[in-house]
Amino acid sequence: MACDLQPLWLTFKLAAVTTGILLVIGIPLAYWLAYSPRKLKYAIETLVSMPLVLPPTVLGFYLLVAFSPKFYLGNFLETQFGIRLVFSFAGLVIGSVLFSLPFMVNPIKAGFQNLPVSLMEAAYTLGKSKSETLWKVLLPNIRPALLTGIVMAFAHTIGEFGVVLMLGGNIPGETRVASIAIYGEVEALNYAAAGYYSLILFILSFLILFTLYWFNRKSLRFF
Amino acid sequence: MIHFQARKELHTSDGPKRLEVDLRVEDGEFVTLFGESGAGKTTILRILAGLTLPESGRIEVDGSVWLDTAKKINVPVQARSIGLVFQSYNLFPNMTVRENVRFALIDPKEDNFIEELLHMVQLTELADRKPAALSAGQQQRVALVRALARRPRILLLDEPLSALDAAMREKLQDDILEIYRKFKITTIFVSHDVSEVSKMSRRMLLIKDGRIIKEGSPTEIFSPANPSGKFKFAGEIIAIEDDGIVAVVTVLVGNNPTKVVATQAERAVLRVGDKVVVASKAFNPILLKAV
Repeated sequence: MACDLQPLWLTFKLAAVTTGILLVIGIPLAYWLAYSPRKLKYAIETLVSMPLVLPPTVLGFYLLVAFSPKFYLGNFLETQFGIRLVFSFAGLVIGSVLFSLPFMVNPIKAGFQNLPVSLMEAAYTLGKSKSETLWKVLLPNIRPALLTGIVMAFAHTIGEFGVVLMLGGNIPGETRVASIAIYGEVEALNYAAAGYYSLILFILSFLILFTLYWFNRKSLRFF
Repeated sequence: MIHFQARKELHTSDGPKRLEVDLRVEDGEFVTLFGESGAGKTTILRILAGLTLPESGRIEVDGSVWLDTAKKINVPVQARSIGLVFQSYNLFPNMTVRENVRFALIDPKEDNFIEELLHMVQLTELADRKPAALSAGQQQRVALVRALARRPRILLLDEPLSALDAAMREKLQDDILEIYRKFKITTIFVSHDVSEVSKMSRRMLLIKDGRIIKEGSPTEIFSPANPSGKFKFAGEIIAIEDDGIVAVVTVLVGNNPTKVVATQAERAVLRVGDKVVVASKAFNPILLKAV
């Protein structure tokens, strides 16, 4: 049975890039949500969690419209920078980042909130700045939460379908990720290929989550 | 010298109270803040450290202003030269004992100073362990030397011994006094334990409902009637045994339980936990040299 591995490779590339970007924006965002006294944060917190309740097609629809060259943002990007985000890998990355945002931010935020505030205060009384405290005290002590955020964001991006379908379509090598490929193969009554992709995704997702639970269990013993 | 003035609303379990404090501490002095929980002792330390902002106040330490709400001056906690030991130790769980102390150093290469500090509290052997592998007393000793590692001007001790058992308390009281004598560091100690205060400090401030209501030596403060005795010690009643006509009252003076006989009339007003003064007028105390 000849089966194209490209959708799988594309899926993991998308998940890796998305997770990397989410880690960079997720830590400061989670830190702000955990510690800011401002009321505005509740609105931001709600927005971050919206992908948990909205159908993915809603987010996909908005992004499709926003990135479309017929509208302001898409038009601006295309005329100024020559970038078209609809039906492109870059567009998928942006969609995935937004869609998986709560899976990265919420565990890290909970990790910060579960640390005693006095740990942070102790570092401050020892003369340490906020950033040094974040890197050397807070983050090392929420490693299980960080790991959970990374793995959940990665795994959730693998499982993405609706946003990708709306925003990326089904372009081989560009936006045809495994979940789309499975759908396409079933539509084409090609059940063997669909089954092959499905089995691989099932096994990999199982292994990823199993590893997460295994490591988090072990790392808790260090505390 | 520290000159501390602050006013702030306190939210206690008995409802809101006002903290209104004006206190001075001389250079190199060891002062105890004594009072019930919720009296505002910890808040005073937190305001001094810069962790809590009062509604209005002014803090001056050795001529430099740390806080002046009228002039909108508020030196951040990091820039205030303090060492704070919390009731709950707050060691960093991800670092070993030695790393905890090293983290606090201004120059992380001062290895000799780390070893000196660890040696002082007998933790050299445990230096490579994580805090979770230490006993409560050992953890608090780490917290104590960690607070000293940046060589602060002021050492703030927020009921550091209240979670420890009696033997460990005594050990740590000695450690704190040794550190105080060695570094000559201005120390503010918070406690609500009479025998501890009597042992540790010569000057204490009695704090009640956010105000300093008395100031003096522990003996002066704990003896309301102030009898003119040949010798007198402040203590706390830990047991009362009724024995017919008289009662035998066990008073903890410092760390020594002392038995004192009380008449029934005297006994009637005494309860376990009462703060009392043991005094003698008629007899000469005998001094015996301890071998």
